[in-house]
Amino acid sequence: MTTETQTLREWLLSETPTSRRHARMAALYKGWLTLRANHMAMIGLGIIALLIGTAMFAPLLAQHDPFVQDLAFRLQPLGTEGHILGTDSLGRDILSRMIYGSRITLYIVALVVMIAPVAGLLVGTIAGYAGGWTDIILMRITDIFLAFPRLILALAFVAALGAGIENAVLAIALTAWPPYARMARAETLTIRSSDYISAIRLQGAGPMRIITKHIWPLCISSLIVRVTLDMAGIILAAAGLGFLGLGAQPPSPEWGAMISEGRRFILDYWWIATMPGLAIFTVSLAFNLLGDGLRDVLDPKDSTS
Amino acid sequence: MLGLLFVTFFIGRVMPIDPVLAVVGERATQDQYHAAYLELGLDRTLVVQFSYYVWDVIHGDFGMSLLTARPVSQDIARVFPATMELATIGIIFGIVLGVPLGVVAAVRRGSWIDQVARVVALVGYSMPIFWLGLMGLLLFYGILGWVGGPGRQGIFYEDTFPSVTGMILVDAALARDWGAFKDAFSHIVLPASLLGYYSLAYISRMTRSFMLEQLSAEYVTTARVKGMSEWAVVWRHAFRNIRVQLITVIALSYAGLLEGSVLTEIIFSWPGIGNYITTALLSADMNAVLGGTVVVGLIFVCLNIFSDLLYKIFDPRSK
Repeated sequence: MTTETQTLREWLLSETPTSRRHARMAALYKGWLTLRANHMAMIGLGIIALLIGTAMFAPLLAQHDPFVQDLAFRLQPLGTEGHILGTDSLGRDILSRMIYGSRITLYIVALVVMIAPVAGLLVGTIAGYAGGWTDIILMRITDIFLAFPRLILALAFVAALGAGIENAVLAIALTAWPPYARMARAETLTIRSSDYISAIRLQGAGPMRIITKHIWPLCISSLIVRVTLDMAGIILAAAGLGFLGLGAQPPSPEWGAMISEGRRFILDYWWIATMPGLAIFTVSLAFNLLGDGLRDVLDPKDSTS
Repeated sequence: MLGLLFVTFFIGRVMPIDPVLAVVGERATQDQYHAAYLELGLDRTLVVQFSYYVWDVIHGDFGMSLLTARPVSQDIARVFPATMELATIGIIFGIVLGVPLGVVAAVRRGSWIDQVARVVALVGYSMPIFWLGLMGLLLFYGILGWVGGPGRQGIFYEDTFPSVTGMILVDAALARDWGAFKDAFSHIVLPASLLGYYSLAYISRMTRSFMLEQLSAEYVTTARVKGMSEWAVVWRHAFRNIRVQLITVIALSYAGLLEGSVLTEIIFSWPGIGNYITTALLSADMNAVLGGTVVVGLIFVCLNIFSDLLYKIFDPRSK
């Protein structure tokens, strides 16, 4: 067999990469193989894929409009004709509302994930690389944020900014970035003193180039693991704020807000609050499973199994 | 700690609600408004305002609560024992079950017990606490009727014994009012075991990884080679070495419980600090929100310092 007839799989698994792209693809593929062997992580990944699909095709999947009320059909139990998961106190179809709710959950998670880790990475690497006073000041600020319990700080922020989904996102992001900053700083400190950074600096690379091209790529993998594991926490925090009436506002079909609506009827009509809770639980469990699996692949030193 | 106050001060200032209007009401004249403005010290620079704020807080003055018309510090002193009672029973639950579970999971690594511990922890990390609380209430109170419902005690027992510590279980025991004790216990058992479950998830996971680290150390092999019993190896050698780390974890999760109780307290109508902050929040009672936040933040910091101290005392290497 000559190199020309090599299959894609062999090319990916070859021990001697021929180009930088080759090496990168091979590393990715090997990581994927390890991840695929972890059944729990794959279940998590499957659930998340399902969630994204549900959110994308919500109008096709939902049989009813999530906002249309039908008071004649209120508080219908599970398995009612046309309403598999029953209806809530205003006669809205619970399944349809949950399907649309997946969009809100993903929206919140995506926004927080775009803000918090990036802010943390920025603060952490700058503090770690610059050192001296910059480091002290930035890390003091981080410590202050870490000193507060997260949910209470988020509550106070939402109180100041006003209730609403964007403010809830902002509040969660504001409480979520400090651990990333800590982590990025620790990584930067170990990388900064390594030989290859000195080599690049001797070649004339400025701090901007060193940070963005040579430090960030090395921080990314532990950041990804941390973000995936944090997603469950973000979902729970958003649902908690929604439950308290400080996140998404009614009639929005946010899962936490749905539980809060169903809470008033819990003793007689248990399914209204139960179903969205199951959804929250499933999704955050999925992120935890995937995060555990990713940690084994990307960060073997912290592996718990 | 100064930073902590700065953040709460800052949140209080950026709030879109005008504090002056909250004091004088909508229909005040310009003169009244101005007088109140001066009285609240809003004409001074932010730095001066901040130093006054710090001064007040150091003297335990968080201002008046608009909702209860009492000083916030009094309110907090009244609600705090309820939270503490809940969190303390929760953490005891978490330690008593979590530590042995973690140790056994580490010793019998890969066995079914390890799997169970793993699932328990994963479910604990993924479950929305307010939902689990609702389900518990539905099952044990609504359907089975095993426990008392929301609140701290039944109406029948309210104010039947003197309040000494503010913790009902302790007070009832001091008054030897065992009926009231039983009643209070049936109210606390569900929220406390709920909180306990969350600390159990965390504590058992950390215990397991600490133990694994110790069990793979060479001294454990030496002890085994000496012919020591497995029990002695695990508890007298390995477990001794993780005690300090474990205390840190427990202190942290105790602090976490004081916070995690916000949602639990609301579900169970528990008159604690989480319930207080949220109620104040929904009625825009900012002094109460900030006061509560500062107190919880301070407890958090103190527990952190406390666990650092323990580390220094018990771990000779860190001297």
